[in-house]
Amino acid sequence: MAQMTAVRAESAPGLWRRFWSRSNERAGYLFILPSLIHILAFLFIPLVLSFFLSFRDWTRPTFSDAPYIGLENYEFLMGDRRFWQSMGNSAYYTALSVPLGMAFSLAIALVMNQKLRGVYLFRTLFFMPVVSSWVAVSIIWLTLLDPNVGIVNYVLGWFGIQPINWLGDPRSAMPAIVLISIWKSAGFNMVIWLAGLQAIPQELYEAAAIDGANRLQSFRFLTLPLLAPTSFFMAVTGVIGSFQVFTPVYVLTRGGPLDSTNTAVFHIYRRAFQEFDFGYASAQSWVLFGVIFIATLIQLFYVRRRREEIQF
Amino acid sequence: MVTKITPQMIAARIAGYAILFIVAGMMVVPFMWMVTTSFKTPGTEFSYPPQILPNQFDFQNYGTLFNNLPFFRYFLNTTAITLVTVFGQLLICSLAAYGFARLNFMGRDTIFVLYLTTMMIPFQITLIPLYLIITQLGWVNTYQGLIVPGISSAFGIFLLRQSFLNIPRDYQDAARIDGASELTIFIRIFLPLNGPTLATLGVFAFMGTWTDLLWPLLIARSEEMRTLELGLAYFNARPNAFLQPNWPLLMAGSVVVMLPVLVVYIVAQRYFIQGIALSGVKG
Repeated sequence: MAQMTAVRAESAPGLWRRFWSRSNERAGYLFILPSLIHILAFLFIPLVLSFFLSFRDWTRPTFSDAPYIGLENYEFLMGDRRFWQSMGNSAYYTALSVPLGMAFSLAIALVMNQKLRGVYLFRTLFFMPVVSSWVAVSIIWLTLLDPNVGIVNYVLGWFGIQPINWLGDPRSAMPAIVLISIWKSAGFNMVIWLAGLQAIPQELYEAAAIDGANRLQSFRFLTLPLLAPTSFFMAVTGVIGSFQVFTPVYVLTRGGPLDSTNTAVFHIYRRAFQEFDFGYASAQSWVLFGVIFIATLIQLFYVRRRREEIQF
Repeated sequence: MVTKITPQMIAARIAGYAILFIVAGMMVVPFMWMVTTSFKTPGTEFSYPPQILPNQFDFQNYGTLFNNLPFFRYFLNTTAITLVTVFGQLLICSLAAYGFARLNFMGRDTIFVLYLTTMMIPFQITLIPLYLIITQLGWVNTYQGLIVPGISSAFGIFLLRQSFLNIPRDYQDAARIDGASELTIFIRIFLPLNGPTLATLGVFAFMGTWTDLLWPLLIARSEEMRTLELGLAYFNARPNAFLQPNWPLLMAGSVVVMLPVLVVYIVAQRYFIQGIALSGVKG
């Protein structure tokens, strides 16, 4: 081994020789090598390729016959009403699912944080939707939400609510997908809220109680502000994830009825893998990325301003 | 300090349990409906008013899945793909994590930051070119096409690196003085001491791979390459135009997809929840 290094070192420039003869360096690169190859081949190269693709008229899954067309994809995209409609649908999904999902899971986390007996059993139960498959979940909910014989409409009937054609009506299809998504992710978000809640020192509540604060006041002026980092994390990751929603749409509605649930990623998927318009679909995915990026920046900016206000 | 139990406290507890039971019902009843419907004779699944339990338990749906439909093949595919992916992630991510946590080499921190930024790249950007690369490699409709892109993850490396950083440096130094190679230190000291974190990553990789839909949807072209999730999705997607979908059969398929995930989840619950809490706190 030592001999081999020496032979190599002689033929190489001095810097390289010193560098390579340090066994630590060598070991370090060998340890990260498999992951480095993986990340280059399946992440960096696709990333660069995607960028080049978006300037080409590429309609075949081969690497030939892809004429460079400059910004034509992006220009066409500006006036593409179906694409912008799908972006609007994603925004609608995000605007509904992020705040409602956060509120619902926070409410469960607050109850779970009361140190009741048996919370672990409940946590296990709340997690069943999180770990289950989206296809199985969609099959279950397609039957539960059936407009004629579904259990949901039956139960709503007890309260005098007329049957709703949940996934068949353009007005209610997206809210139905949002409800199912909230149901599926509530357990996951609850665990993150609980981690945040348990990081709040108990003494603060005792001090607030001595000062005469009631439960509602200590929630409003103590719990909520101290949960700000958790809320921020959930809002940012929630918006990023919701804008990219695909699987629920694919398994529940396939974008219908009347394109009312045709979200951006589902639209891109269809453009790329059903119409094989890879170049244009790549341009669309970069624009979507840009929109998500701007949404994240706005949230960062908003939080920074809020923090300054609190600190004066 | 002894706290007196006041009527308000009792009322709060009762209210708390009431909420927990209602939410638990919302979470669990759909799955009960799935299991009971899977035992219904096709054609009898709906009645008005809805009836949760079947009149008589009928096992024929499970027989149909495995005898008349290729669900056994789907099951084998999913098991093979998932096991290789989990093993690959544990191996490749832990090797890299050791390098980043405990070895010094030029550009180490720069490369690590690059890894971290890849976690922010949305999947839909790389999806199309990734598919084209797999096509070019001739890996469409193959096991390597289904497995290799998921065999390492920046998240896994990040998770394990954090855990490796907590191992005292003295262990490593002592082993080096005794003449142990880096590989020996990694295998004999770092892997055994980080069992829980490895378990966390393993459970995450298992859940993600077992229930993945999008990637198999693009890569598995022929029937015999399909995974359970994909097979079920196709089966769900082509109901006969003249007939109602066979819901009891679909429910039986759902049970088959979900059972292994639920078993793994219940056995390894602790690691799974740790991982989520960790990813949330670290941001």
